[in-house]
Amino acid sequence: MQQLLDRILASLGWTGEGPTQIVYFLGMLFFAVALLRVCFTPFAGVVSWAERRIAARMQSRVGPNRVGPQGILQWLADGLKCVLKEDLIPEDADRLLFRVAPYLVFCGLFGAFAVLPFSRHLVIADLDVGAFYVMAITSLVPLGIIMSGWASNNKWSLLGGMRSAAQIISYEIPAALSLLAVILAAGTLSLQGIIRAQGWSPADWFVFRNPFLFTGFFYFFIANLAEGNRTPFDLPEAESELVAGYTTEYSGMRFAFFMLAEWANLYVIAAVVTVAFLGGWNVPAIADGALLTLLEMVVFALKSFAVVFVIIWIRWTLPRLRVDQMMLVCWKYLVPLSFLNVLGTAVWMMIVPEESLFGRAFAWALVLIAALIAALFGWRVRKNLVDAGVGRFAAKPIS
Amino acid sequence: MTSYVQNIQETCTSIFEGMAVTFSHLFRKPITVEYPDRMGRHLRETLPERYRGHLDVDMEICISCLACEKACPIECIVIEDVQISKETVVGVDGKETARVKEPTRFDINLYKCMYCGLCVEPCPTGAIRFTKEFEGATSDLSKLHLRFVTPEGKARVLLKGQEYEKEQAEKARLKAEAAARAAAEKAKAAAEGTKPLGGELPAAEPPKTEPPSEEEKGA
Repeated sequence: MQQLLDRILASLGWTGEGPTQIVYFLGMLFFAVALLRVCFTPFAGVVSWAERRIAARMQSRVGPNRVGPQGILQWLADGLKCVLKEDLIPEDADRLLFRVAPYLVFCGLFGAFAVLPFSRHLVIADLDVGAFYVMAITSLVPLGIIMSGWASNNKWSLLGGMRSAAQIISYEIPAALSLLAVILAAGTLSLQGIIRAQGWSPADWFVFRNPFLFTGFFYFFIANLAEGNRTPFDLPEAESELVAGYTTEYSGMRFAFFMLAEWANLYVIAAVVTVAFLGGWNVPAIADGALLTLLEMVVFALKSFAVVFVIIWIRWTLPRLRVDQMMLVCWKYLVPLSFLNVLGTAVWMMIVPEESLFGRAFAWALVLIAALIAALFGWRVRKNLVDAGVGRFAAKPIS
Repeated sequence: MTSYVQNIQETCTSIFEGMAVTFSHLFRKPITVEYPDRMGRHLRETLPERYRGHLDVDMEICISCLACEKACPIECIVIEDVQISKETVVGVDGKETARVKEPTRFDINLYKCMYCGLCVEPCPTGAIRFTKEFEGATSDLSKLHLRFVTPEGKARVLLKGQEYEKEQAEKARLKAEAAARAAAEKAKAAAEGTKPLGGELPAAEPPKTEPPSEEEKGA
């Protein structure tokens, strides 16, 4: 990396004089930004395409299917369109804040990608405080949102920004507490460490490790939905109430930054849930070397995109909560229950050692319960299809 | 406390049910019609039989009765015609109708047309009718001004009209000649019989090449 940077700087006519540190710093910064843009923007893009396709199917529509195979390149076309659009700043807006806000939101979410472990080796930075880093850097997002809401000088934007602030600050607590229970169980803040503390079989995942972590999974998931401004907690950008919330006054590329950040956020949430509760990249040791890395990447991608699917699915199922209901869910349900969770996890770890027979049996029992719920769900879906008389599920006419 | 637990339970079950409904939609076929290019067959073929698309006129069987022009409430049909010698056309219902006139101009302003169908109903031969064509979008309004009589067709009809006129003139001449002859004979007979004082009556001049007058044309 250093040599590459040296060579590039030399080709630009830099002779090695002057403030070396600053030049290197800027060079590295450029690389980091380029890497983030090139490598992680597709995540947001693919997620946006998936969301639109799934939403369409749930509403008996088709969705974007023209750009590229099955419309998978739709996000490129949309991005290009946004770049070509006029960049408007309202006359009475706070121009500086208005311009800075999208970048803060964008940085907050794309910064989180730096610690996401896609496989045993494929991670940009395996920080010792990875979980803490994710919580901290995504806190830039509400800052950017409030900033955009305030700077737009627009009542919808301001309301959206204030709602977002209230929501994210409230839901940080159950999210952090649920993650704390995981950290207790793993004994480390490093995301790689958390994954290594789990195994490839579902019974080794933290979600099925004990009853407190099982419920904690749902608290963490719900709290992250709220932090990501996803339905049923999409009050900050509630289309039917606030036009587009804090993005009302934004256009062109700045709007694209917000949208990109929103979908990147979706993926970050899914990836963090996967890491913390669903065993991350863990695969059985059936291969080694590059093949293993590839296998781990595939497993991680499958799990995280499954979670993305669930988040999208929830969005198109549940209606939006009221502001008071949103606060009620957080302070009266999630916060006390997640406190209980931290306590419960600690006690459970004291009295039921992980490798004890009871601990293993309990984990498998939880897996079994989850499987039963899934089976019940499948039966319910089938019943819906039979009732609607869809295709091969249709009831045979009595002859 | 019971309501607290009950709330949680209701939340879980209602979300479970709701998600089962939305998930089942993933297995249903989208009802979107991907017009125009991904349909299997053109949308035109899927339209009902009595669909009211653009108007079309079959000039082969139009008898220029002007029923459609009179019926049109917004006067978007303009017809000009000439008289031709009587011929028989077979309408779409198989009935034979006499044709004594044929249009030299049959225009429909589709951009005025409101697709009410009042012109289609009185047509005795079924020459004017709705098609299933509905793609009327155009950057040139004059493309919606339909002219059903082509210049060639007009020339042909005019020729027919001239022939008819010649025929009529011929007929009139023959008739006049016959009348003159009859008058002459009558006069002769009278002269022979009664011997009038004056000389012979001048014979009526037959109208040889004079075209029929306007009244005759309009009749």
